[in-house]
Amino acid sequence: MRKKISSEKILIKEPLRLDSGDRLEEYQIAFETFGKLNKNKTNAILICHALTGDQFCTGKNPITKKNGWWHLLVGPGKVIDTNIFFVICSNVLGGCMGTTGPSSINPKTNKPFGLKFPVITIGDMVKVQNKLIEKLEIKKLFAVVGGSMGGMQALEWAAQYGNKINAVIPIAASYRHSAQNIAFHEIGRQAIMADPNWKKGNYYEKKIFPKRGLAVARMIAHITYLSESALQRKFGRNLQNSKFFSFGFDTDFQIESYLKHQGISFVERFDANSYLYITKAMDYFDLSIKKGGLKKVFSEKKLRFCFFSFTSDWLFPTFETKTILSALKSINAKSCFLEINTDKGHDAFLLEEPDFHSSLKQFILGQIKENKL
Amino acid sequence: MTNILRNDLLKISNLIKDNEKVLDVGCGDGNLIYYLSKKKSVECRGIEITLNGVSSCLKKGLNVIQGDANYDLEDYPDKSFSTVILSQTIQAMIYPERVIENLIRIGKRAIISFPNFGYWKVRKDFLFSGRMPKNKILPYEWYNTPNIHLCSYKDFYDFCKLKKIVVENFFSLNEDGDVISNKLLVNLLTYQLIFCVSKK
Repeated sequence: MRKKISSEKILIKEPLRLDSGDRLEEYQIAFETFGKLNKNKTNAILICHALTGDQFCTGKNPITKKNGWWHLLVGPGKVIDTNIFFVICSNVLGGCMGTTGPSSINPKTNKPFGLKFPVITIGDMVKVQNKLIEKLEIKKLFAVVGGSMGGMQALEWAAQYGNKINAVIPIAASYRHSAQNIAFHEIGRQAIMADPNWKKGNYYEKKIFPKRGLAVARMIAHITYLSESALQRKFGRNLQNSKFFSFGFDTDFQIESYLKHQGISFVERFDANSYLYITKAMDYFDLSIKKGGLKKVFSEKKLRFCFFSFTSDWLFPTFETKTILSALKSINAKSCFLEINTDKGHDAFLLEEPDFHSSLKQFILGQIKENKL
Repeated sequence: MTNILRNDLLKISNLIKDNEKVLDVGCGDGNLIYYLSKKKSVECRGIEITLNGVSSCLKKGLNVIQGDANYDLEDYPDKSFSTVILSQTIQAMIYPERVIENLIRIGKRAIISFPNFGYWKVRKDFLFSGRMPKNKILPYEWYNTPNIHLCSYKDFYDFCKLKKIVVENFFSLNEDGDVISNKLLVNLLTYQLIFCVSKK
């Protein structure tokens, strides 16, 4: 499973203080960039990836050999146009694609961290991204964009470093993880930890990975990314191989086969411990518990917000975005918001959604004009 | 740039002073607030229900959120804007009463424009044809019209009196969008109305 990742990497040889009170003595950031940074360094867009995403937001992913996860949106001539913008996308802290995470070597023991890796938060991930931006000597980002957990990071950016960004674009996201979302994550984590190969996180040396558990976690999560009507439309009750029921426990239905495929292909590219750590980071996320609540969190007056939500997204439903909007209205923040009609569920932010793509394009064009880029 | 504004919007824009804070409820393509923010350095926000409207506003660099005036005004704080505008929309509201109360709560004043159902041609149409009146600003059939709460000058005036809403000023416009200075027979001669109202 462990493959060498060809991304650019920066090693930060200074301690990182984590929200948990713990600290990392040093850490590595793996990232990709697309397009060219202009002379005044005003055209940089940071893209934050979701739970199981990575730094390969566009182009070919060297591990999966597939297109990057946001290739529909990012690239030359696309909505986030790499002919105009310098796009930065880094693997999150705790990840398994080159940035320090539980599968990285602990410099103290010369062995993979496993569960010795400190518990991290979305805030910690953003601190690390900020370090990267500093290293790249970019003073102000044109925008921070992200969907799902990437949207959480974008909001965290707005809260922590609002003065360092012109615009923040959280998509299919929320200011906190709901009880239902935590519940689904916990089932996923329990599935991993119940796999006998998990061995309390010490599976790296023997290279026998808790694949079954991680695959089940992925299958559960994948259902939450879709919608009932999309599942019905795509699969219905269609049978996979024959015209008849097997009257057994082999794969009968197409949906079963699809989910199994999702699970199996996922374990080839993702680390089970990373899944535990990152899901937990999402669960801890709640900007409303910071001092003064949501109204006090976003204090940067010049910052523009542009939110997108999707009608059939039941993981991050529109009302979550509206709660943030409500707080932003009360402080007269510069906010934009659009709810996109779709039956594709939470995953719509990754898929072909013409209304979403064109509206995001309009916002970016507006920003280009306002900022005279 | 001025010619992109409808006549009633142009009239409304003349009522806004420099450096005001304006919320346009049902801002459509954002032409009015774009004009205000560029020409009068007014700080503008907008709410619009349609995707195409919001999208056009985004391209203009405007701060506009998708929302429904019937439901999405509640969470604006009191007096957070100097002026709140509702142009040609009140007649399509499900809860005009609640909407107007919100407008004058959020804004120090509200500017509300609407077609006058007391206009003589409207009355004539109904009297002679016996069918629901139609004209340039009321172009719909009875079965597909979004305009479910039409009212006349007198209706609106009575409403303000009943709700103790202060009518600071009003303008009556003819079919060409010009202001009629004659304050007699307002209800009969006015095609479109612009009311400036505020809370007592």
